[in-house]
Amino acid sequence: MMRLALWRIVGALPNLLGVVVITFLLTRALPGDPAAFFAGQAASNEAIEQIRAQLGLDRPLPEQFVTYVVDLLMGDLGQSLTTGQPVAAEILSRLPASVELTLVALAIAISIALPLGVLAAVHQGGWIDQFARVITTAGVSLPVFFTGLLLTWLFYFVLGWAPSPIGRLDPAFSPPPAVTGAYLIDAALTGDGELWVACAKQIVLPAGAMALAVLAPIARMTRASMLSVLSSDFVRTARALGLRGDTVLVRYALRNALLPVVTTLGMVFSFLLGSNVLIEKVFAWPGIGSFAIDSLTASDYAPVQGFVLTMGVLYVLLNLAIDLLYLVIDPRVVLQP
Amino acid sequence: MPASGATPRRVSHLRYVLTENPVTLVAVVMYCVLVLMAGFGPMIAPYDPLATAPERALQPPSAAHWFGTDALGRDILSRCIVAARLDLGLAVSAVALSFAIGAPLGAAAGFFGGWADRVVSRLADTIMAFPLFVLAMGIVAAMGNTLANIVIATAIINLPFYIRVARAEANVRRSAGFVESARLAGNSEWGVLVRHVFPNLLPPMAVQVSLNMGWAILNAAGLSFIGLGVRPPTPEWGILVAEGAQYILSGEWWVALLPGAVLMTAVFSFNLLGDALRDLLDPRRRT
Repeated sequence: MMRLALWRIVGALPNLLGVVVITFLLTRALPGDPAAFFAGQAASNEAIEQIRAQLGLDRPLPEQFVTYVVDLLMGDLGQSLTTGQPVAAEILSRLPASVELTLVALAIAISIALPLGVLAAVHQGGWIDQFARVITTAGVSLPVFFTGLLLTWLFYFVLGWAPSPIGRLDPAFSPPPAVTGAYLIDAALTGDGELWVACAKQIVLPAGAMALAVLAPIARMTRASMLSVLSSDFVRTARALGLRGDTVLVRYALRNALLPVVTTLGMVFSFLLGSNVLIEKVFAWPGIGSFAIDSLTASDYAPVQGFVLTMGVLYVLLNLAIDLLYLVIDPRVVLQP
Repeated sequence: MPASGATPRRVSHLRYVLTENPVTLVAVVMYCVLVLMAGFGPMIAPYDPLATAPERALQPPSAAHWFGTDALGRDILSRCIVAARLDLGLAVSAVALSFAIGAPLGAAAGFFGGWADRVVSRLADTIMAFPLFVLAMGIVAAMGNTLANIVIATAIINLPFYIRVARAEANVRRSAGFVESARLAGNSEWGVLVRHVFPNLLPPMAVQVSLNMGWAILNAAGLSFIGLGVRPPTPEWGILVAEGAQYILSGEWWVALLPGAVLMTAVFSFNLLGDALRDLLDPRRRT
């Protein structure tokens, strides 16, 4: 088991290397001459040459790559021109907000899509199956920023149920002391119920909008794999032995049907991390996505590159976590080097 | 179904697919409307999409302005119609580019195997190692904020899907009977790939293209929503939603939500059409 896990971790390294190489190539593809860009508009030719030498841009590409990797390992992602802070520190302080949003969205999506998929499979062809089909086909067509605005209009303006959809917490509250950086966890740690509810109210709309878009792959896969498991011999045997219907459904069928569902989580995460950026803009959510957009508008490229790298690394790690989860829920998985 | 020659059977099958599922018919109609909008948008649009009129700013939908007006008094319906050409143009170019690069690469990888396969598959894996929308953002930021780069970025992030489909389909056929006989007839390996294997990849690739169109539209609109590529006042669905976003909180919902609904309808009809095309070309994969 430990060797298997170790092997999976080693297997993620080429992807990690790929992410670093691509991000490096993107940093060297800045519009125009990077040295001229960093030197500013009024710089003389000598000044540009000086900056070029300073940035190491006059050296051969492989050497630049080594310098880049060494800088990365030291945690140096460059400086943000707009805030004057190191990019790594800026991203690190905003990362918890983005991660919290993504995971809450995933939790909402799973808690709706799994039962929906199971029910659609059990009552195949029934009204809940039709309903699930409509929801999943519509879900993949929804632009996530449109869903976000629609939910805002409906729940904030029309119904008045949601708080003002700006930021992570209503200004009337002060944020919980940072332990994990995730407000929901930190608020729960303080034991302040009112604060937790305020945080939850603020996150439910953005996370719900993101969840709607990924309902489709999870529900579809759950339905398909439940259908194949329910028609298998061991389920028939379990039923024949007189086990209760829901025991068969949950303990026997669902556990086996979950494996293909876990595999689709990779694609789901790719989508969630991408739509994070759009949703953070819609809800003024102070995560790394809105940081990247702000920097992009200000033509400040180091933060954008740091953001792409962070997202790439995060995604590789999430995929690794999915692989490891697979080992836990399916003891049959054998090593195939 | 009586056997009545190849072409009539195709046609009757097409009719069967269209009538069996009314949703498909709706998708085809919506698709035709979109193509009309893209082709003749400026002629159909009831108002000039760029003409401002402060005296009728932020009017809700009415008989004169079906989709209402925006903060500058511009007719939103006209802007949505005129935007179709740009949005569909971006998506079609991106998808065409992905196809033109991905299909030959994937076909060669699947057909020859060996190091070609390893290099191409590694390329696809490396692109897939990123959250795709984030990679597109990074590419546009690095290469410059232009329309051409939006197309290139969208094409690059879709590349792995084309490579994988072409590779899998070519791989299955590399030692099929008709391929072996083409070899025995004295064709070179490249000749076999280009004349005998590649044409057989086109039906599954066509399904991939149509399923991909909706996603390409969403992607391009997403990029312009965060301020990349298209610049205001150019009408584009993503920008129209972005411009209207601030009025949601004060209740002027039509400024953002109606262009968003148009975008959603376009993506929806492409997705339905992709499903229908899959049913038509590959009845086995019907769900």
